Amino acid sequence: MQDTAAIALQDAPPNAGGDRLRTIWRNAFPFIVVGALWEIVAWLGVFPRQLFPTLEDIASSFVELTLNGILLHHSIETVLRLLAGFALAAVFGVTIGMLMGRSRRAEDCLLPLVSVLAPIPGLAYTPLFLLWFGPGEISAVLLVGFVSMFAVIYNTWTGVKAVKEIWLRSAQSMGASNRRIFRHVILPGALPYILTGLRLGLGQAWRILVAVEMLAAVPWGLGWLIFGARKFLNTDAMMAGVMVIALIGLALEKFVFQKIENYTVVRWGMIGRT
Amino acid sequence: MSEERQQRNRSILRGSLALLATAAFYETLARSGIFAAALLPTIPDVLRTLWNMMADGTMELHAVYTLYRVLFGFFLAVVFALPLGILMARFKRVENFVLPLVSALMPIPSFALVPLFMLWFGIGNLCTILIVFYAASFPMLFNTWSGVRAVNPLWLRAAGSMGADEHKLFWKVIIPGASPFIITGMRQAFLRCWIAVVGAEMIAASDWGLGWVIFDAKEFLNADIMLASLIVIGAIGFVFERVVFGSLERFTVYRWGMVRAAKG
Repeated sequence: MQDTAAIALQDAPPNAGGDRLRTIWRNAFPFIVVGALWEIVAWLGVFPRQLFPTLEDIASSFVELTLNGILLHHSIETVLRLLAGFALAAVFGVTIGMLMGRSRRAEDCLLPLVSVLAPIPGLAYTPLFLLWFGPGEISAVLLVGFVSMFAVIYNTWTGVKAVKEIWLRSAQSMGASNRRIFRHVILPGALPYILTGLRLGLGQAWRILVAVEMLAAVPWGLGWLIFGARKFLNTDAMMAGVMVIALIGLALEKFVFQKIENYTVVRWGMIGRT
Repeated sequence: MSEERQQRNRSILRGSLALLATAAFYETLARSGIFAAALLPTIPDVLRTLWNMMADGTMELHAVYTLYRVLFGFFLAVVFALPLGILMARFKRVENFVLPLVSALMPIPSFALVPLFMLWFGIGNLCTILIVFYAASFPMLFNTWSGVRAVNPLWLRAAGSMGADEHKLFWKVIIPGASPFIITGMRQAFLRCWIAVVGAEMIAASDWGLGWVIFDAKEFLNADIMLASLIVIGAIGFVFERVVFGSLERFTVYRWGMVRAAKG
C-alpha cells in the first residue's frame, strides 16, 4: 500500500507546457477546498480555537518550531530510530529468510515459530518489551526491528523459493560454484521479493514507530512531540508534527524505495520498465 | 507420493520439535531465576492466568470490547471507502478530487492521529473506533479503486452489447470482476484495523479492551496477564484471517470463478 502515493503522482500525465499548470492546479484544487472549509469552521468558532486551530496558527507554530530547531531535532531522532530498527529488521530478516529458503531443515524449524509470532499485531509486544528492556531507546529500536522483521522474512523466503530451478541447474551445469550461484543467480532472482519485503517492513516500521515513541517515553521524537503537545492543548504543534510525519513518509517512499528499485531490479531485468 | 508424505511428516516433526525446544528453553530461563519471576513467568503460570481470566469472564469481556471497536471501525470503512473507491474508478472527476487528498493523508500512520482524536473526541470508544476507521479506509479505498479499474473492458463491452443495463453491468460484471481486489482490500484493512485497535487502546486507554489490559498489566508487572492477552490477540487475529476472510473468499471470488480455486 505504500506505493499508492507514488501512483497518484505518476498518474498525472506528463504532458508538456500548459498542461503542466493544469495538472498542478488539478492536484492543488482539492487541498484549497479542504483548507478553505477548515478555515471557515475554525473561524466560525464552533469548536474552541485551542482544539481546532486556524491554518495560520498551524503554519506559524510550524515555522516557529522549525526555526528554533525543535522540529528538526525531533525529526532527526525519529528518522535515526527508524533506520536503526529497520537495519536490524533488514539484516536479520534477510538472513533468516535466506536460510529458510535454502535449507529445508531451517525452514522446518523456523516456519512454525515465525507463523506463531507474526500474526500478533506488533504493538501488542510493546509493554512486554518495555518491561524487559526498560523504557527508552533500546526498547523502541528493538521493537521496531522485531515487528518489521516478519514481512522481510516472509518475502525473502518466498523469493528464494521462487528462483527457478532451471536457472540453478543451468548455472550449476555451466560450472558455477556455490558462491557464484548465490551471488549471480539466487540473489538477483530473489531480489524483487526481498525489496518488496523491505518495503513492507519499512512501511510497518514507520507506522508503528510513532506509537512506540508515544508509549516508550523517549526524550525526543515526533511521536513524543505529538503526544506531549496533547497535555498542553497545543493542537497547532500537534498538527505541525503530523505534517512532518506525512512529509517524511512521502519522502521515504519517493526517494528511498523507488530509487533502489530502479537501480537494482529494473536494471537486472527482473521487472520490466513500466 | 509416499516420499512426499515422508517429507511432510519430517517437516511436521521438525517443526513441533523446534516449537518444543523453544518452549523448553523459555521454561528453563524462566525457572532459572536469572530474571525476576514477575518479568518472565513460566508457561504453566501464563496458561493458568489465561484460564482464570477466561473462567471469570474478564478476558471475554475485554475481547468483546476490542471486537466491537474493530468491527465497528471496519464496518464504517467498508461503508465509506468501498463506494468511494468505486466512484473514483468510475468518475474521473471524483478521482481528480479525492486522489491528491488521499495521497497526502496516506503516509500519516494512524497512531499519529491518536493524540489529536483524544483531544477532539475524548478517551474511549469513539476515539478508538475512528482510529480503526482511518487505518482501514486506505487499503479498502485503494484496492477497490484499482480493482474496478482492472475490470477487463472487453467484459464491459460484451455485456453492454448483449443488452445489459447500467444496473446489471454494475452488479453482474463490475462487482464480481473487482471482487478479488476488494477481498484483498478487506483483508489488508482488517490487518491494519487489528494493529490499530491494539495501539489505540493502549494509548487512548479506557477501562476495557485487550490492548488496554496489556498496557495496564505493565504497571503492575503482571507479565503473565500480558502474555495471556497476547495469546488471545494472536488467536483472534488468526481466526479472522483464516476462517472469516478465507470463507468470504471461497463464497465470492472462487464461486464467481475469478481466481482458480486450486489454490485453496
